Amino acid sequence: MRDTSAAAAAASDPGAVVRKIGRYTFLSVLLGFFALPMLWLASAPFNAHPTLNVSISSFTLHNFSVLLKDPYALPSLWNSLLLAGGTALLTVGFAAAAAYALSRVRVPGRNGILYALLLLSSIVTGTAAMVPLFQLAFKLHLIDSRLGVILVFTGGLLPAAIFILKDFTDNTPKSYEESARVFGASPFQIIRHIVLPMIRPGLATVTVWAVVNVWGNFLIPYILVRNPDKYPASVVLYTFYTEGGQPNLDLISAFSLLYSIPVIVLYLFVSHRYGFRFHGGIKR
Amino acid sequence: MGARSRQPSRIRNLTAVLAISAAVATPAAACSSSASSPGAANVNSANQPKNPTLVITANDISGGKNAAEADWITKTLIPDFVKAEAAKGITATVTFRPNGVDDTAYKSKLALDLQSGTGDDVFALDGIWVGEFADAGYLKPLADVAGSQVHDWDGWKQITDAVQALGEYQGKRYGVPNGTDGRVIYYNKKLFAQAGLPADWQPKSWQDIYDAAAKLKTLSGVTPVQWDGGVPMGEATTIQGFLPLLAGNGGSLYAGGKWQQPGKAFKAALGFYQQIYGNGFGDAVLQQDAKGRDKSFAEFAAGKIGIYAESDYMWRSVVNPKNGTAPMPDRDTDVGYALIPAQTPGAGVNSQDFVSYSGGSDWSINPKTKYPQAAWDFLAFMNSNAETVSRLGGAAKITARSDVNSQVLAGDPMLKFVNDKVLPITSFRPSLAAYNDVSTLVQKAVADVVGGKSPDEAAATYEKGLEALVGKDGIASGG
Amino acid sequence: MARTASPRAAEDPAGLGRARAAGIAAPALLVVLAFLVFPALWTLYLGTTNYRLTGFAARHPHSVGLDNYTNVVKDPAFHHSLWLTFEYVVGSAVLGQALLGFAIAWLLREAAGWLKRLIEALVLLAWILPSSVVAFLWSALLDRDQGTFNALAHTQGTAWVVEHPMAVIIVFNIWRGTAFSMLLYSAALTGVPPTQLATARMFGANQWQQLRDVVFPHIRGHILTNLLLISLWTFNDFTPYQLTGGADTRSQILPVYIYQTALFDGQMGLGAAIALLMLVINLVVALVYLRLLRERRGERTA
Repeated sequence: MRDTSAAAAAASDPGAVVRKIGRYTFLSVLLGFFALPMLWLASAPFNAHPTLNVSISSFTLHNFSVLLKDPYALPSLWNSLLLAGGTALLTVGFAAAAAYALSRVRVPGRNGILYALLLLSSIVTGTAAMVPLFQLAFKLHLIDSRLGVILVFTGGLLPAAIFILKDFTDNTPKSYEESARVFGASPFQIIRHIVLPMIRPGLATVTVWAVVNVWGNFLIPYILVRNPDKYPASVVLYTFYTEGGQPNLDLISAFSLLYSIPVIVLYLFVSHRYGFRFHGGIKR
Repeated sequence: MGARSRQPSRIRNLTAVLAISAAVATPAAACSSSASSPGAANVNSANQPKNPTLVITANDISGGKNAAEADWITKTLIPDFVKAEAAKGITATVTFRPNGVDDTAYKSKLALDLQSGTGDDVFALDGIWVGEFADAGYLKPLADVAGSQVHDWDGWKQITDAVQALGEYQGKRYGVPNGTDGRVIYYNKKLFAQAGLPADWQPKSWQDIYDAAAKLKTLSGVTPVQWDGGVPMGEATTIQGFLPLLAGNGGSLYAGGKWQQPGKAFKAALGFYQQIYGNGFGDAVLQQDAKGRDKSFAEFAAGKIGIYAESDYMWRSVVNPKNGTAPMPDRDTDVGYALIPAQTPGAGVNSQDFVSYSGGSDWSINPKTKYPQAAWDFLAFMNSNAETVSRLGGAAKITARSDVNSQVLAGDPMLKFVNDKVLPITSFRPSLAAYNDVSTLVQKAVADVVGGKSPDEAAATYEKGLEALVGKDGIASGG
Repeated sequence: MARTASPRAAEDPAGLGRARAAGIAAPALLVVLAFLVFPALWTLYLGTTNYRLTGFAARHPHSVGLDNYTNVVKDPAFHHSLWLTFEYVVGSAVLGQALLGFAIAWLLREAAGWLKRLIEALVLLAWILPSSVVAFLWSALLDRDQGTFNALAHTQGTAWVVEHPMAVIIVFNIWRGTAFSMLLYSAALTGVPPTQLATARMFGANQWQQLRDVVFPHIRGHILTNLLLISLWTFNDFTPYQLTGGADTRSQILPVYIYQTALFDGQMGLGAAIALLMLVINLVVALVYLRLLRERRGERTA
């Protein structure tokens, strides 16, 4: 494949050797750039008195055993899973359906509407919309309800999710759908057995993107949830500070690691199972 | 998924929803319905409900921020209160709702709850929020909520007038103070010995501080002084750093119903910063670091800072060898503490030789509570002598009550020093809605000077900002 | 990816029909109307009032017309912040993420399997870690006294975030968000026919000429999608406040400015007004991108 042609080119062209060295130097620097900040997450949680320094002067699992006894730490990871899973499910399900409908059935001004929604979503995901979102949830009796948090997140994420998934469906060949239709498949059979499998990498990507967005958000769950038994990990991480706002790095570092593991596992699973691929580009 | 809270307070929330459901979808309308608060005047113990339910909230959480207080509330205070009420024939149901997050986030959530007409029955809030919460209608005078019995509470006699002011606004009581603190100068005795300075140090003027700093500067790897001076440190820069200096010249930000034009005292306080950071006595870069305060604490604990202006919080929660975030195993022998001097003896507010500033938090009652009597009973109970002692759980902390302080502080000489020597000379910040913004302007002025601008320049910028904020009419000349 | 042969005739190939299409799009539309459009319009309404979270204006907010807007537009702090945002978006998204993402995607086509997987995993990890965790990672990396970077680069005593705040948040955001561009471009590159590249090489085209003449025309649409999304996201990202503390005006990009105004100072009306101004700027950016897209279509039909 390409490797062989590159090797052949390298043999005949000294410039190619230089390029190859250049390429691997660049990739090494890249590796360092992306890996370096993460060292702290690998060392600090196991340090008896972590500072901002990357070192393990005295290895311990004590920080984790303190967290095990914390009444909110581990349950908060479960709460995060519920919020992120629920949001991802609604976002991906609703967005895929809407994206397919918008992609296949001509609606006047559909791209304009989609752009407008994409722009509006930037307001709602910012801090300026805090009061309206709270009042809305309040009037719908969705305060202290996980469903409320999920719906608020879903509303904010849907436009970008539809945008990405519509790109996918625009790019899938319509001939399969047409032939299935010739053989008498119903529209819903076509969607389920033909369209969904084709855009599966897109669904996986949007799922991870939605989960990551919910996973890191502090403000929305904090203002909408009342019962601390329902706090997600993003909120609980902020409780490991003193009355004067000094961070308790022992607990913060250990909890940061626990807090990061589920998203890493999700990424590994999705990338292994579905491949982690985008198809993009505005095609119309 | 959508499981709602099963707590009885939900019922109260629902009635509040009904009350405002007709309202148009604006926060303005949501607030205008607040007129129908439960009639406070007819509250008396004779016809009070037999089964009150209360929800209590504070910025505490078990396992996290203020964990000790959270655990005390759920494990001791609430059971004790329920028992005491039962003795009166009342079956009270009390639940605690923890928070334990950043103070700004807690304040936002509290405000959102109160403006929507719900919110918990009893809650904790910082003393400097009282004014803006009262102006917003989120708080009402305690006597309007729970009746004049509030003034008859015997606990008030144990709380000094100055500390009571933490819960007051425009001369009315809005909350029961929970505790207070005081600012002092800490110093590292080991470094002082190395620099040939006395182990028992009490500066009498700012010049004494400069002189000590100059000697400390000869030690290598040591920052002589940490005097909070950056915008990232937020309120710490105002109350720890600037205000004690301003008071040290007889000045204040607000007096006689007006904000003060930045005058001689204001510029002199900025001049102190110029001395410290202009002469390299302090670490100017650290003041701009987002983690500057955390890092300064860590450096002091590591013996790299000589003199440090802070509140007793640093002693209790930062360098505390048992549970501090930057523990010093030899805190009791290595760390000295002194009063903050006026610029020159007698130049401070009220012609004092020494000055300080204090803050503290309050407990207050939601004006919309269905059970104002029970809520007040709870407040009075939790601030009784016995419960206040039990709250400390053996740890030393300055409470609002003088009787408790004299009982519990004997075991901690530093806190006893603050209680006996600092609190009598301390000042408090104005509890006004504009304070937060003014404080931000102060921080910017201080940061300008630390960054190299002249005090005159920084004061002029402050004055411009103040004018934009409160208008020319809100400012008195002089200061 | 294969394209459909007959674009016009293939409209609605599954025979969905308008009614059923509306039916399956309805849940998304309802949620968007209730939880996006409604609160967004409400926020815009707040932008015409002096509403605050506490204080007197919380109880009696009143309409101030366009005062918030005129005050903001006249405020030099806003101009400054807007300029910083522009630097931030162009530096970290348009140039940084897009170029680096493309470079990684391009180079990794030919890299060995394990190297490719390792680099992809690290780049993606930077993207998926929670932002509060990431803030600690970068504080630890760039700390003046104990930071890993200063130790490795022998630059002890340099407080990067204080001395070069804009450079830091730009590099930070490149680290944080390159994954999206990398994913998008590596997918796009699979659509470039290898035969065309081989032909170009045969005619002696160098790497740059191959990119310009063969690759670029094929992925132009993807570039625009990518730029549109990452610009919008970068424009609205307030994560940098966790690194800089938010108060430093030298790095106060607009989302951080709103965060300070709305949440920290409680000035909800003013914050909402700035949010609308940002929306308008985002709209202009989107229109510029769409204009580029239209030119592309013009070229094609020509």
